[in-house]
Amino acid sequence: MADEVLFDYLHMEMIHEFFNENYKKEGKSEESMTTLELLGFRVGQCVIERLTKDSPRFKDELDAMKFTCKDFWMSVYKKQIDNLRTNHQFLAFPCGLIRGALSNLGITSVVTAEVAIMPACKFQIQIQRV
Amino acid sequence: MSRPNVKGLDPKKVSGELFTLTYGAIVAQLLKDYESDEEVNKQLDRMGYNIGVRLIEDFLARSGISRCNDFRETSDAIAKIGFKMFLGITPSVSNWSPAGDEFSLQIESNPLVDFVELPDSHSNLSYCNILCGVIRGALEMV
Repeated sequence: MADEVLFDYLHMEMIHEFFNENYKKEGKSEESMTTLELLGFRVGQCVIERLTKDSPRFKDELDAMKFTCKDFWMSVYKKQIDNLRTNHQFLAFPCGLIRGALSNLGITSVVTAEVAIMPACKFQIQIQRV
Repeated sequence: MSRPNVKGLDPKKVSGELFTLTYGAIVAQLLKDYESDEEVNKQLDRMGYNIGVRLIEDFLARSGISRCNDFRETSDAIAKIGFKMFLGITPSVSNWSPAGDEFSLQIESNPLVDFVELPDSHSNLSYCNILCGVIRGALEMV
């Protein structure tokens, strides 16, 4: 099984890759954040599928949210979120991860992140009701 | 209001899968961004290289291994220690060149390719090319 540091290295390199590529093209940092967020989305969907494969359906939205914020996050990052950096580019992937997980649990949302005081990071999850 | 705790949430397994899934997403994105499989292979190699030059520090710190005396020792270090440490697999070392400066690593079950199927349209893609870059980067540092 892959060692956990591998994901950190891959994450760093991924940001470096997708950020540089778009800068080379036209200096569009927006686009690369979207790319990173979409990658996180895709992965989040898959991870949540694997995690909840054998679990019963969630009672309600709140349950699903709680699961995502506690169990899902703990499994993925194995600790409280305490070593994400300030740059938003680093947060794009985790935002997508959460959004993807929720989407596959039937919740459409918008996830943003902000860092007020280091090392605290706040994720804002807004549920979209269509 | 208790709900059954999610069973079988083995942290190592989850982080391993996270890595595999993320890698898959990256390759898919690269295939969208670049025209040819060759280009993607190059990018993967480059990314791997950048990872390798950092990974080697981690490897040296955790393995406590001392300098290898010859290339055969190097091949063993990569296969039996490096791959084991990071990917949990032990590729077999084979196909030594007569001069002893070239060998092959054969991987039986590769965690990187879990859940992955390559379509015929991308037969030139070296899906695991990042591994080549990682080894190259790591070795260059020593």
